Amino acid sequence: MTQPSLETHDLTVRFGGHVAVDHVTCAFRPGELTAIVGPNGAGKTTYFNLISGQIPASEGSVLLSGEDITRLSIPARTERGLGRAFQLTNLFPKLTVLENVRLVVQSRMRRGFNIWTMALSHRDLIEAAEAVLERVRLSHLAHQTVAYLPHGDQRKLEVATLIAMEPKVFMFDEPTAGMSVDEAPVILDLIAEIKRNTDATVLLVEHKMDVIRSLADRIMVLHNGALVADGAPAEVMASAVVQEAYMGKELADV
Amino acid sequence: MVRLFLSGDGPQSKILGAVLLLILFTLAFAPFLFPGTRSLETAARICIFIVLVASYDLLLGYAGIVSFAHTMFFGMGAYGVALATRQMGTGYDALILGTLAGTALAAVFALIIALFSLRVRAIFFAMITLAIASAVAVLVSQLSAITGGEDGLNIRIPRELTPAFRPLDAPFWGVNISGRHLNYYLVFFSCLIMFLIMLRVVNSPFGRVLQAIRENAFRAEAIGYRVVYYRAVATVLSAAMAALAGAVFAIWLRYVGPATTLGVEIMLDILLIVVIGGMGTMYGAVVGTVVFVLAQNYLKDWMGGASESTAFLPLVPDLLNPDRWLMWLGILFILSVYFFPSGIVGRLRGKA
Ligand SMILES: Nc1ncnc2c1ncn2[C@@H]1O[C@H](COP(=O)(O)OP(=O)(O)OP(=O)(O)O)[C@@H](O)[C@H]1O
Ligand SMILES: [Mg+2]
Repeated sequence: MTQPSLETHDLTVRFGGHVAVDHVTCAFRPGELTAIVGPNGAGKTTYFNLISGQIPASEGSVLLSGEDITRLSIPARTERGLGRAFQLTNLFPKLTVLENVRLVVQSRMRRGFNIWTMALSHRDLIEAAEAVLERVRLSHLAHQTVAYLPHGDQRKLEVATLIAMEPKVFMFDEPTAGMSVDEAPVILDLIAEIKRNTDATVLLVEHKMDVIRSLADRIMVLHNGALVADGAPAEVMASAVVQEAYMGKELADV
Repeated sequence: MVRLFLSGDGPQSKILGAVLLLILFTLAFAPFLFPGTRSLETAARICIFIVLVASYDLLLGYAGIVSFAHTMFFGMGAYGVALATRQMGTGYDALILGTLAGTALAAVFALIIALFSLRVRAIFFAMITLAIASAVAVLVSQLSAITGGEDGLNIRIPRELTPAFRPLDAPFWGVNISGRHLNYYLVFFSCLIMFLIMLRVVNSPFGRVLQAIRENAFRAEAIGYRVVYYRAVATVLSAAMAALAGAVFAIWLRYVGPATTLGVEIMLDILLIVVIGGMGTMYGAVVGTVVFVLAQNYLKDWMGGASESTAFLPLVPDLLNPDRWLMWLGILFILSVYFFPSGIVGRLRGKA
C-alpha cells in the first residue's frame, strides 16, 4: 500500500471542558477523495483547523507524507503541500482576481522576499496565474477587484487559488455553501477535475448527499468531535450508527 | 525608462502626474526659482519630509503596521552624524560613517522591536514603539554630556557645504552660488534616490506580499507567507530609511536636537501627512508633504495679513490670529479626511 499523504493520530482539541475533536485517527491516501460529514458543530471545521495549523492540538499528531507537522507554523505546512480553502470566503478583497492568484503562485515559487525586482517583471508568475484563471473560467474577471465579485465567483476564485497552490492535500470546507443551484456544479466539476488530473488527496466537507455520492471514494462521519464511521460511501450510508447519530432521516431518504 | 525609474508604478492620473512633475521641477530648481534663504529651507525640509513620510507609508500604508517610533529612527540618523563629527572632526568620512552608524543602529533596534512584538498583536507593537520612543527621547535629553540635552548639538560640516563657500566668481542664472546650494542639491538628490528606492521596494514581489498582509494577514499565512518575517523586514527597511533621512536633515541643518528630530509633534505631523496624502501610495507622501509644509510655513504669515486686513470686523480677526494656525490646520485636516478618505492621491486616482 502507498504511504498515506496525510494522517492524524488521536488528534484532539479541547476548548475549556468541551472536546471539539476527540481522538480522531485517520489516514488519507494520494488520489483518494474523502467526504467528511456530520451535523452542525460536529467538529469538521475544527478538524481542518488542527490539520492546517490555525488551532494548536491539545493532544495527538498530524503527519504529512510521514513527517510530523503537529508543531509547525501555518506557512510551513503550506510549504510542505497542505492546501486549505475556508468555509467562509477568505480572499484579499481589495486586490484583483489575478493578483489573488498571482500571490499564491509567488508563494509557491518562493519569490516573496525578492525585494529589488519589479513584481511586473516576473512574467512567469503572472502567466501561471492567468493559466489557472483560464482553467476555472475566470479570465474575463482577471482585473476586477474581488470585493465587487458575486459570491459564486468568489468561491470559484478560492478554489482557483487552491489549484494554483498545487498542494498534495486539498481541503475544501463546504465549497458550495451559499451558492445557487446552477453555480454549485461548476465548483464540483473543478473538484472532480482535480481528482481526475492529479494524484492529490482531497478532503471535502459537504452536506449535500448527491454531491458526496458522485464524488467521494470514502466517507468519514464526525459526531460530537468523534469519528463514528469511516468507509465506502454505500457502507457508511447504510450503517445504523450513522443514521442514528447523524442526520438519520436525510440519509435514509436517499 | 521613466517606467523603470518609477518601478512600473506610474501616477495613474493625468492631474497627479502633472502635480508630481511640477513638484519635481520646483524642487530641482528651487534655488533659482526662489532665491531667498527661507524658501530654500522650506524646499529642503520638503525633500527630507517626503522621504521620512514615505518611509512611514511603507510601514503603515503597505504593511499595515502602526509605529510611534519613527521619529526615534529619524533621530538616530541625525544624532549619528552629530556624534561622528564630534569625534572625528569636520570631514566627509565623519558624515558618511555617522550616517552609516546611525542607520545601522536604527535597523538593529527596529529588528529587535519587530521580532519581540510583532509576533503578538499589532496593537502591542504600537504600544511598545511608543514606550521605547518616549524612553529614548527622555534619555537623549538627560544625557546632555553626550547628546547636548535639550539644547542639542551643532554640527560642523565640510566647508564646501556651508554658505561661506563660494565656488563661482560670477552669479549663475542670477544666483550667487554658495556651499548652501551645494548642500541643497545633496539633500535633493539623496532624497530623490531614496524615494525611488522605496517606490521600487513597494512594487517588488516583497511589496506585494506586504499589501497582501495588510489586506488579510490570516490568508497571507494560509498561502504560505511567514507574516512575522515580512513585517520585520518592512520595519527594518522603514527604520533605516528614516535614519538616512535624519542624517541628511542633520547635515542640512548643521544642528540636531530633540525638538527637530525626536519630538512628538513631528510624529504627529508624519501621521497627518500620510493620511492627507493617501496611505499606501508613496506619491501621497510627496503631495501630502508639500501641502502640509507649505501650510505650516506660510499659513501663519497669511493669517497674520488676513487678520490685520479684517481688523474692522468683529470676531474674524481673532479667528485669523496667527496663534490659531494650528486650529486651522486641524480643520483642514478634518475636512480633507472627510472629503478625501483615501487621501489626495486616492482622490486624484479616482478612488473615493
Ligand atoms: N476557537 C474555538 N473556541 C471555542 N470553541 C470552538 C472554537 N472553534 C470551534 N469551537 C466549537 O467546537 C465545536 C465544533 O465546531 P466546528 O466549527 O468545528 O463544527 P462544524 O462541524 O464545522 O460545524 P458546521 O457544519 O456548522 O460548519 C462547536 O461546538 C464550536 O462551538
Ligand atoms: Mg464548519
